[in-house]
Amino acid sequence: MSRADLISLLYIVAFALFIVGLRMLSGPRTAVRGNQVAATGMAIALVATLLDERIGDWGLIVAGVAIGTVIGVPSARSVKMTAMPQMVALFNGVGGGAVALISVVEYRDAGAELPADALIPILFAALIGSISFWGSNVAFAKLQELGVTKRRFRGLTVPNAVLAVVAVGLAVVLAAGMESEGLFWLMLLVAGVLGVTAVLPIGGADMPVVISTLNAFTGLSAAAAGIALDNTALIVAGMLVGASGSILTKQMAEAMNRSVASVFLGGMGAGAGALAAGDDDVDRTVRSTSAADVAIQLSYARLVVVVPGYGMAVAQAQRAVADLAGALEQRGVEVLYGIHPVAGRMPGHMNVLLAEADVPYEQLREMDDINGEFARTDVALVIGANDVTNPAARSVPDSPIYGMPILDVDKSGSVVVLKRSMASGFAGIDNPLFYGEKTALLFGDAKASVAEVLAEVNAL
Amino acid sequence: MDLLGELAILVLAAFVGFEVISKVPNTLHTPLMSGTNAIHGIVLLGAILVIGPAEGLLEDLLLVVAIAFGTINVVGGFLVTDRMLGMFKRKPEAGEE
Repeated sequence: MSRADLISLLYIVAFALFIVGLRMLSGPRTAVRGNQVAATGMAIALVATLLDERIGDWGLIVAGVAIGTVIGVPSARSVKMTAMPQMVALFNGVGGGAVALISVVEYRDAGAELPADALIPILFAALIGSISFWGSNVAFAKLQELGVTKRRFRGLTVPNAVLAVVAVGLAVVLAAGMESEGLFWLMLLVAGVLGVTAVLPIGGADMPVVISTLNAFTGLSAAAAGIALDNTALIVAGMLVGASGSILTKQMAEAMNRSVASVFLGGMGAGAGALAAGDDDVDRTVRSTSAADVAIQLSYARLVVVVPGYGMAVAQAQRAVADLAGALEQRGVEVLYGIHPVAGRMPGHMNVLLAEADVPYEQLREMDDINGEFARTDVALVIGANDVTNPAARSVPDSPIYGMPILDVDKSGSVVVLKRSMASGFAGIDNPLFYGEKTALLFGDAKASVAEVLAEVNAL
Repeated sequence: MDLLGELAILVLAAFVGFEVISKVPNTLHTPLMSGTNAIHGIVLLGAILVIGPAEGLLEDLLLVVAIAFGTINVVGGFLVTDRMLGMFKRKPEAGEE
């Protein structure tokens, strides 16, 4: 077997590991190992590449890898959990930057003498790589709330369109055979500016969708570089990321009740668009979630407080709730119930229902008892309760329920609300809890939803 | 390899990429993004392949930066993903922010 064959074989093993790793990464039970599988694939691909006869300048390779390791490992180790999205943005950005730099060198070496099937991919890789590098850095700066990026930028749609046309125009001129290194650098510059101005107007809440988009972009640029360099590893891994990243971007946007187009155009065209009504409206989006997500949240919590309300009574969900609590306790999760005196339609309504479902009495806590516990609660699971959890009762003097004692579920780590629809509660008042950052809503009949969550917990 | 062969691989990889991610729970969106992010660190290999034939100080410099970037992308990407997924291991006791 020739050395080239061996490299190809090792690449094929790496591809298989990438695909299996990606698959495993999309399920909660297998995700940790999936990441390790993908990393193993990367190590194999790297070793295979080092076997290549064209490899030279070992000293420089070692230097580059050493620098990257010295920077990458400590930053990955030390970053706080809350700062993860911007860290991913940075890592994505440098990937795009690497692609752009490779393209520069390839162009310098061969220029317009490159055959079209190498020149065009290189121009594409350079364009997208540069956009991804600068866009990711802006995304990082915005999430980190650095300097001017905190400001609101508007009216950039037209300039962005112009920049995009200019960048593509330059690429076309270069592709047509006009050899000019200066023009190549200019194209990188214009693409970089476009990356900056396209991301600047987008709000922090939409940033994960932006990062995911740029992630898919970097994948595509890597695949293009692979075509130019005749390297299948880059083609396959880059395209896998380009494609799966696109699907992921769409799912992320959907989870936030947004479309990818509205994230980019909404941000860019904010002059008169949906965001123009001001901060209030931005805050008033609800986040819907899925039974699988709720199951994960609950299973890995230490303390879950169930807050039942009329919705649980209507749906006759008490037995399902008790079963879910039992399943969670088997996994070592502490479960308590927070009972508001007027939850349901009569005092003691909840106690009766839960007792009927054989919930141990000592798990039922009165309002004054449980309110002190929310601070250490990981997940408050609100099942069909509304007004008794409404923080407006504490904070909005105009509200008809102002002054009413409530269960302080908004003080817990996160809140999951099971709800039939966005209709307001018995008192007909809007509940700011539902729009809170920590709150996710699971829509549907309480009994059906709880049963779904239980099934997901058992499947974990 | 010829261009058509490469395009065939490209298209097939795209379909695999589309299919391999089915319905992902929201909780896993960020770790999965981070994992795919680490995979496109494959560009590191591109930089390593190009640095041998490259000529002159400027090109060497650009490619050392590219290799460093690619390494950060790969190593940082997989490490950060692993840390994020740490929360899915059984019962971490305290010690988290």
